[in-house]
Amino acid sequence: MAIKLESKIPDGPVEQAWDKHRFDMKLVNPANKRKYSVIVVGSGLAGGAASATLAELGYNVSCFCYQDSPRRAHSIAAQGGINAAKNYQNDGDSIHRLFYDTVKGGDYRAREANVHRLAQISVNIIDQAVAMGVPFAREYGGTLANRSFGGAQVSRTFYARGQTGQQLLLGAYQALERQIGLGKVKMYPRHEMLDLIVIDGRARGIVTRDMVTGKVASHVADAVVLGTGGYGNVFYLSTNAKGCNVTSIWRAYKKGAALANPCYTQIHPTCIPVSGDHQSKLTLMSESLRNDGRIWVPLKKGDTRRPDQIPEAERDYYLERKYPRFGNLVPRDVASRNAKQVCDEGRGVGETGLGVYLDFADAIKRLTEGGVRERYGNLFDMYERITDENPYKVPMRIFPAIHYTMGGTWVDYNLMSTLPGLHVIGEANFSDHGANRLGASALMQGLADGYFILPYTIGDYLARTKLDKITPDHPECKKVEAEVNGQTKKLLGIGGKRTVDSFHRELGKLLWEKCGMARNKAGLTEAIEKIPSIREEFWQNVKVLGGGEELNQSLEKAGRVADFLEFGELMCRDALHREESCGGHFREEYQTPEGEALRNDDDFAYVAAWEYAGEGKAPILNKEALEFHAVHLTQRSYK
Amino acid sequence: MNIKLHVWRQKNGADAGKIVDYDAPDISPDMSFLEMLDVVNERLITKGEDPIAFDHDCREGICGMCGMMINGTPHGPRKATTACQLHMRSFKDGDEIWIEPWRASAFPVVKDLVVNRGAFDRIIAAGGFVSVPAGSPPDGNAIPVPKMNADLAMDAAACIGCGACVAACPNGSAMLFTSAKVAHLARLPQGQPERDTRALRMVNQMDAEGFGGCTNVGECEAACPKEITLENIALMNRDYIKATAVYRKERAGGD
Ligand SMILES: Cc1cc2nc3c(=O)[nH]c(=O)nc-3n(C[C@H](O)[C@H](O)[C@H](O)COP(=O)(O)OP(=O)(O)OC[C@H]3O[C@@H](n4cnc5c(N)ncnc54)[C@H](O)[C@@H]3O)c2cc1C
Ligand code: FES
Repeated sequence: MAIKLESKIPDGPVEQAWDKHRFDMKLVNPANKRKYSVIVVGSGLAGGAASATLAELGYNVSCFCYQDSPRRAHSIAAQGGINAAKNYQNDGDSIHRLFYDTVKGGDYRAREANVHRLAQISVNIIDQAVAMGVPFAREYGGTLANRSFGGAQVSRTFYARGQTGQQLLLGAYQALERQIGLGKVKMYPRHEMLDLIVIDGRARGIVTRDMVTGKVASHVADAVVLGTGGYGNVFYLSTNAKGCNVTSIWRAYKKGAALANPCYTQIHPTCIPVSGDHQSKLTLMSESLRNDGRIWVPLKKGDTRRPDQIPEAERDYYLERKYPRFGNLVPRDVASRNAKQVCDEGRGVGETGLGVYLDFADAIKRLTEGGVRERYGNLFDMYERITDENPYKVPMRIFPAIHYTMGGTWVDYNLMSTLPGLHVIGEANFSDHGANRLGASALMQGLADGYFILPYTIGDYLARTKLDKITPDHPECKKVEAEVNGQTKKLLGIGGKRTVDSFHRELGKLLWEKCGMARNKAGLTEAIEKIPSIREEFWQNVKVLGGGEELNQSLEKAGRVADFLEFGELMCRDALHREESCGGHFREEYQTPEGEALRNDDDFAYVAAWEYAGEGKAPILNKEALEFHAVHLTQRSYK
Repeated sequence: MNIKLHVWRQKNGADAGKIVDYDAPDISPDMSFLEMLDVVNERLITKGEDPIAFDHDCREGICGMCGMMINGTPHGPRKATTACQLHMRSFKDGDEIWIEPWRASAFPVVKDLVVNRGAFDRIIAAGGFVSVPAGSPPDGNAIPVPKMNADLAMDAAACIGCGACVAACPNGSAMLFTSAKVAHLARLPQGQPERDTRALRMVNQMDAEGFGGCTNVGECEAACPKEITLENIALMNRDYIKATAVYRKERAGGD
């Protein structure tokens, strides 16, 4: 059964689309809102903001997260900042410019109307966050401060030291806690969603496992919202928190919610290089560092001199050389690929040769050490803690790492998936970033979705839909619970020899090599052949100790890895089918003579929405054509 | 390097729990403390023994999920560093390391090193917010905030809610945590309208959760991985006293 992809983009010019749509949407009157219930999975910027806002409007909300407190969602780790088209710096910014930069930065693989709405709402987010007491950085005159970020020539990024995500999340968390205190939100921490409940073709609930007692239970509602974040951990090593997973959107996929563009993954250029096999995760050094740090490698191959002994003339500031207009501030995909290229040429630095320098010597000369500390102190401290090197004295060593996933559940303009009633927000949806996300736009998108878009669009859905009352003892709930219990039992009963982590590492390594920074047909084909055999071995040879009715971290991991083992294959299939390079998806076969990504707009200017076809069957590809009216398709150039 | 571990093992809240010894050979100094525990756990699983449960998520010192007593100190020996950011190079070959969960009556043990810190969320729910629903707030630059105040607010807002302050305090007091939120919002113009009620409600909730009182020991400040200072407690005490004078009814727990 082929699904129909109706994007529901309002007619007319993009500038007016959102206002028009807001007027056209049906409203639920305040007294009736109290009769509706909504499940929100996730308490990050997207889920936390949505839960709080829906409750403020009067809906009855249940919110779920796997951490012990909603305040710990992975949004907390965002460092650099959040974009908004405020033009406070009077440097020529505007909603149109932010819109344009985002469409271009995404390599023309995002929906114009969505991106425009995002740019419009960006200004409200800052106002909202300030009113909630988010301590953004200020100038001496008391106004809000800005910095610049990759892919933009204006200063539009708002920040709270190097902890912007933390402060924005705490703002949303505090609003959420307020609603919990008022009894409008019931919070379920340490609860993991393990499956979705679909009744009469609509998403009506979820099955969760209480991670402390192991109790598996159904929760039902009038609509379900997933704000469960990105799937970067499919690569094992990434900048994501250890618990980040694909489970919720993968289970939703299997129940009918198409998954879009899974191969669009973002590699962040400035992470701390891997130090050994014990490595459990990678740490990001905020992109904002590229404002003042200069990236270089030695001109000569295999130059093992200490960085301070390499004279200026024997250094290659390759980004400044190749992209004089943007210099060190080229978008992430361009910066990452160039780092890979110089390392492939044998000019990488550090013990492994997989690293480039990010040097602050000039910045310290210009701003003094104190000035640099003021801007980046906590990042420098973090670097020193991890590497035992003092970046005020020796240049940092950095290398690209998996950081963000642009792909995710396909949603229409109302943020609803192909499964009616299931809404997906934040990083979990296929989002507004096309094939590459610009820095400081994920926080913007998560909060736009959560505070300002979903609370309206979900009302429209509820107002237009007749829903029967259901309770958690509906036969479908019991059936899904039994399936979840069955999987737990199966995992605990295998009694094999290998740990869950060993499988996760194996999958991650394969994907990093074949479906990472650069991909090609042979490699992807190989990965698609290999993943099923890893999966097979997993189900025969994994060792999960302990029981189901207790806190069991190996069991939690096993469930997540089981889903990654299926999802990874779809990601490679998507990468294989997209015979072009765009943004974060770089196919070696498709590049310009200068080694830049070569798009193929004639054949691939579409969103690839994959539909589950059943166990053991090849997934079905559905296409949503992308049309560009306000922005002209051009070859991206940052030279 | 080779390390000897003494780890608190407790099956669940009802279990008495005890210290169990483990040898951890071949540990690299570049490992983080939690990566060392990962390695120990992988070896335990392979031997068929239950791995050590510990909370963690971001592993970069910001989510506040990790937390354990390492040789009697919350988060271990390095100043201003969470357990996930502590590296084994802070120890030497042959060292013995004692690892225990946070000990406080308001933080019951869930399993091994995992505790329940739900009380912190309830303190925030009692008043740690500014009551502005999403909608149409004034322009972000409408109310200028002196840079110094914004910076002081940010210093306090940096709290990650890990609970090290409570674990460090001989009284199991949550004053540093609570005051950090009170001070963050008290330093900003947006926090003024609810300043009094916030201090009152949060302090009342803190007491209701069974946290101990503050006797100015200062261990909390020393243990805080984010260097939240005792000044916040002084500010909260002032706000609380002022507020009790104004709102007698609230203090009595009235509506
Ligand atoms: C290190 C780092 C730095 C970053 N810096 C920036 C930056 O400077 N600017 C920027 O714009 N973006 C940045 N990003 C990206 C941005 O932080 C994220 O894209 C964004 O915060 C995601 O928000 P979210 O609400 O969608 O998901 P998350 O914050 O990841 O929240 C996911 C939520 O879902 C819950 N959850 C997940 N799975 C389940 C399940 N199965 N059951 C129950 N609950 C579940 C989790 O508990 C959590 O509450 C950064 C990302 C990283 C990793
Ligand atoms: S794991 Fe997040 S602070 Fe340590």
